[in-house]
Amino acid sequence: MRSRDLMLLAFGAIRSHGLRSLLTVLGVCIGVSAVILLTSLGNSARSYVTGEFSELGTNMIIVLPGRNETTGGIPPIMGETPRDLTVDDALALGRSRRITAIAPLMIGSAPVSAGGLEREVNVIGTTEGMQTVRHLQLASGNFLSPSDPHIAAPVCVLGETLRKELFGTAKSLGEWLRIGDRRCRIIGVLAASGVSIGTDLDDMVIVPVATAQMLFNSSSLFRILLQVGTHSMPDDTEREIRRIIQDRHEGEDDITIIHQDSVVATFDEILLVLTVGIGSIAGISLAVAGILIMNIMLVSVSQRTSEIGLLRAIGAPAGQIRKLFLAEAVLLSLIGTLSGLLIGFLGAVLMHRLYPVLPLAVPTWAVLAAAGTAMLTGLVFGALPAIRAARLNPVAALSRR
Amino acid sequence: MISLRKISRHYQQGGQQLAALQDIDLEIGPGEYISIMGPSGSGKSTLLNQIALLDRPTSGTYLLHGRDVTGLPDDEQARIRRENMGFVFQFFHLIPRLSAAENIEIPLVLSGVDSVLRKQQVAKAMLSFGLQDRSTHRPDQLSGGECQRVAIARATIMHPGTLLADEPTGNLDQATGKQVIDLLEQLNRQGVTLIMVTHDPAIGERASRRVKIVDGRISSDA
Repeated sequence: MRSRDLMLLAFGAIRSHGLRSLLTVLGVCIGVSAVILLTSLGNSARSYVTGEFSELGTNMIIVLPGRNETTGGIPPIMGETPRDLTVDDALALGRSRRITAIAPLMIGSAPVSAGGLEREVNVIGTTEGMQTVRHLQLASGNFLSPSDPHIAAPVCVLGETLRKELFGTAKSLGEWLRIGDRRCRIIGVLAASGVSIGTDLDDMVIVPVATAQMLFNSSSLFRILLQVGTHSMPDDTEREIRRIIQDRHEGEDDITIIHQDSVVATFDEILLVLTVGIGSIAGISLAVAGILIMNIMLVSVSQRTSEIGLLRAIGAPAGQIRKLFLAEAVLLSLIGTLSGLLIGFLGAVLMHRLYPVLPLAVPTWAVLAAAGTAMLTGLVFGALPAIRAARLNPVAALSRR
Repeated sequence: MISLRKISRHYQQGGQQLAALQDIDLEIGPGEYISIMGPSGSGKSTLLNQIALLDRPTSGTYLLHGRDVTGLPDDEQARIRRENMGFVFQFFHLIPRLSAAENIEIPLVLSGVDSVLRKQQVAKAMLSFGLQDRSTHRPDQLSGGECQRVAIARATIMHPGTLLADEPTGNLDQATGKQVIDLLEQLNRQGVTLIMVTHDPAIGERASRRVKIVDGRISSDA
């Protein structure tokens, strides 16, 4: 028997029980499309998160004051009083050959006004290194210029949202802005970048770090952002940072270091595991669909016993009967798989349309796994009915009507 | 040339041995017209199943054209059935979802004949059995006589040497039954060996050789 005829015969049998076959196909279809949809949702979330992080800057290390104790045990009797991180600490780190850019960071909130408008705004005090570390783009003007970070120049760079609110369509560059009790000239406006991991740079104003120190009457830094060379080993860099700070903090190791890359990698890993997890849960529905196929095929075998007897009588060997019923099961799962893939992809596209912030990312492995599992379940769960059909005694099968 | 040598067939039923066939010796030459008659339960259908290679004997030897086919593997026996035997059943055994033409085509499909060649042969068969305007009808749209004609066309499409008919008129009215018998006898005159199982003496007596079976044994052969 030719395989084309085999498939045609199997397809004819499937078509003769339209509704029954449709329901079976629907089972596989839902399973496959669920795997595709859920994994692509997970994958989109993963690309979104890693994308957001890399927007913050790659090869970035964050140095925080205070040590994050994870050793447990009795708390120190005197308590831990971490030394503040200062601009000089940041400058000392900047002298290391492994570090290509530094940005000391002070954050505070102050009333900002221009013309008759005033509101409370987050103020960031930093240096020109910030632009390199965070990959900031300017819409107009310039960023803070490289100069002595101890000089409190009366200049500022405005976020896009803030500029719109304070100036609207009027010219902002070169105008004066009142921040707290100081007056700064606007030298640049940031390009709109949107929210990234909670900090809305569009709704902030950036001033030189010394200016911020005057504003907030404090010399302690919120944190220091560092950009390291791509060749540096993370461990070596971390050791060097600790050594430099220890030298300056009387031998105390009182900082916490966060590697941007390792944070990204961890998130990436967690979300990948989550994606595989929800994909596998959706995959369970494929096993259920497989049982549905087996059920339908068993019904089909018992309904067509006399047909099987006839085929055996007119010269079909047992193996051909087995192939015929197996072909039916596989055809059912194939139709289900194809329609499931179609619906899954359409769903993913629709999702992307509805939430454009989530990138369209149907993972190839999920497509292969879903299609493979569906076909395999068809084959596995179709095997038992097919073997049963082939084992029927031709004489007994013929006498059934 | 069919020759059965001491063929016995025993069944196990409720812990008891039932002998459906006992030491059957039967020689059937090419082109013969033979009827197998007997009361129901006598073993005539069991004998037909033995000749058809649908069932294996408990003991004895079956020689087909001088070749021992008793212990051949399943696919080998299936091939012999496909190429040497045609079946006509009491209840026609047409596949309900297939059209008349597709039903006739099945043996060719099973043997892997090219589809263009298949269509030609089927069209020829439909014509010679007077079914040309029924080709797209399904079995439930055909009369009993037409169904049996489709079944005979299917049985002869591979040009087998032997036709095995199991009560071919059992499900038909007198007139239609007569037509079917005429058709089978006409095929026999063209050289096909015709073996017909029936319990209707009026039909059985028409055969040139009549085998009577009682309780699994041949009681008369003339």
